[in-house]
Amino acid sequence: MKLQRKSGLRALTVGAVAITGALVLTACGSDNNDDSSSTPSSSGQPSTSAAANAGSISCEKGQILASGSTAQQNAIDSWVKNYQQACPGSTINYKGSSSGEGIVDFNQGTDAFAGSDSPLKDTEIAASKKVCTDGQGISIPMVGGPIAVGYNLPGVDNLVLDATTLAKIFNSQITTWNDPAIKALNPSATLPSSKIQTVHRQDESGTTDNFTKYLKGAAPAAWPYEHAKAWAGKGGQAAAKSAGVASLVKQTEGAIGYFELSYATASSIPTVKINTGASAPVEATSANSSAGIASAKVVGTGADLSLDLSAAYVTKTDNAYPIVLVTYEIACDKGNKPATLPLTKSFLNYIASADGQAQLTAQGYAPLPDAIATKVRSTISALS
Amino acid sequence: MTTTAPPTSAPPTTTRTVTRPGDRIFAGMSRGSGILLLVVMAAIAIFLTVRAVSAISKDHTNFLTTFEWNASLTPPSFGVAVLAYGTVVSSIIAMLIAVPIAVGIALFITHYAPRQLGGPIAFVIDLLAAVPSIIYGLWGALFLVPHLHGLNLWLDNYFSWTVIFAKEDPNSSARSLFTVGILLAIMILPIITNVSREVIRQVPKMHQEAALALGATRWEVIRLSVLPFARSGIISASMLGLGRALGETMAVATVLSASPQLSAHLLDPIGGTFSQNIVAKFGEADEFGRDALIASGLVLFVITLLVNGAARIIIQRRKEYSGANA
Repeated sequence: MKLQRKSGLRALTVGAVAITGALVLTACGSDNNDDSSSTPSSSGQPSTSAAANAGSISCEKGQILASGSTAQQNAIDSWVKNYQQACPGSTINYKGSSSGEGIVDFNQGTDAFAGSDSPLKDTEIAASKKVCTDGQGISIPMVGGPIAVGYNLPGVDNLVLDATTLAKIFNSQITTWNDPAIKALNPSATLPSSKIQTVHRQDESGTTDNFTKYLKGAAPAAWPYEHAKAWAGKGGQAAAKSAGVASLVKQTEGAIGYFELSYATASSIPTVKINTGASAPVEATSANSSAGIASAKVVGTGADLSLDLSAAYVTKTDNAYPIVLVTYEIACDKGNKPATLPLTKSFLNYIASADGQAQLTAQGYAPLPDAIATKVRSTISALS
Repeated sequence: MTTTAPPTSAPPTTTRTVTRPGDRIFAGMSRGSGILLLVVMAAIAIFLTVRAVSAISKDHTNFLTTFEWNASLTPPSFGVAVLAYGTVVSSIIAMLIAVPIAVGIALFITHYAPRQLGGPIAFVIDLLAAVPSIIYGLWGALFLVPHLHGLNLWLDNYFSWTVIFAKEDPNSSARSLFTVGILLAIMILPIITNVSREVIRQVPKMHQEAALALGATRWEVIRLSVLPFARSGIISASMLGLGRALGETMAVATVLSASPQLSAHLLDPIGGTFSQNIVAKFGEADEFGRDALIASGLVLFVITLLVNGAARIIIQRRKEYSGANA
């Protein structure tokens, strides 16, 4: 009897192994399918123009490694695809980990360039001098984008807020949707009396850093905290990564949260229009945020092109969206590794070109404004 | 030492034994494994301590009583108060839910269920252990959290006098330590059930038959002979489960709404745990921030050691009182 049960158990174990094995395999399979199904869609519209793009790509052969910010990953992925299609024999491997990890990798010499949501800090520049012989790491702005403020309020379609109200909402000073401050900005809307559920990031992130930079820059009286990668505001709920914030907003009635525009588009979450003092409230779109970034100033010294966005936060230009972030590529101004320099330069040249930048709009990013793009191109051409 | 003694003392009987080199190799291997384990544990402890000390010495606030975690501030300010509280509380909730259910399942499988039912149940429980924790996280965030909202409202309505079930904002979602506790309970169920089942199966038939012969009902048999015999084993099983609950990372990070506040209201979406905090902060942390996170890891390490030490003492004591040695 006992023996029988034992063999029964064994059979069960075999069955379990088979089932879990099958599950694991199907998991891998669906993963691959995802990849192949998403790549055509992201490269679908570029590939039609790939032939035209090839004109702006001067091919180099070789292999480079890069890593960093996930905020610009979708843009990089589609650029890499175009570049590798046009230039057989080239491999660009961008690992989307995080800005922090990208900079660590770069300063250890493993990366040809790194992606980062914020420009290099002084300590990081000092560390980069070990890798860049005779030079230093510089931050080259490359991908701009709007941070959308998404909300879930059935029956309210065109929510308008301004910086001060946003700051008070995210700091739990305005707690109900029918608060007079919100009512004043939305006279025609029927606002419920329910509580506002604010949602922020639980992990440290460049998105939070840039969003709080905006709140501090545009509403210093209402936002008493310094900008930081970790959330400082009072109250509210936290979720992991932009995807988590977006899905929590989607799930919770009365919720409001911030994330990159693409997440709002992907989950069809309505976004707040910002009353900047311009003639009409500004919507979060690629074109509007390019216009916002246009008022940024270059503050980097030498070849460094770090941007100061504080003028963008308070812009009153029509159709200029103020809550923007710019992600950078980090490279050495001098002293890049000779083996990878040609391909690095060629690739960066391509993504900074008019063709390269034009692809950003389709993915919810914002192309660099012309004045900055011109500086970026000449900086890249001078890399050595 | 002891392995070399028997052969020399008993050469007449074991002259033709072929297993002697095997014995020696086996003894060496097991001793080596034991030493290797100690070395690995020591290496972990030393690594954690060295990295932690350099971070804590630069911490501007009290490491043990600060709520906030912001190592990138200048001067840095971070502490583990909220994390320690959240880790311990969510694990306690998980244990309160999981242990009775797990023991119940184990008893059901061994004593009550018909054979045809016991096998499949045991199999399904085993399968629970094979589900990756991120899957539990996704299921928790997308299914459990919305569905627990009603239960939360009900608890808040009728049990808010207990303080722990009071909810500050009834509309906030159920991304709380309570929900995490429930999720952890499901995750640690298989290991506690499995080990308990094996232990309960080892209870000598004689004990049970003796109790039956004295006229005991089935429940009395379980209460008088099975549970006392299996108690230390069940406690060990629970400790294994607790180990998993203390260290669970991805599921907690996906489900919990973490924020640096300490609250007795278990249904409020606030709090945090050690491993959740590490996974949330590690990506963007610089060199110093990582050291700070490692310091928090050291505290978790110490808590785990304390818990396991306490469990050993309890088991040791129980062993003397139960009839397990009979």
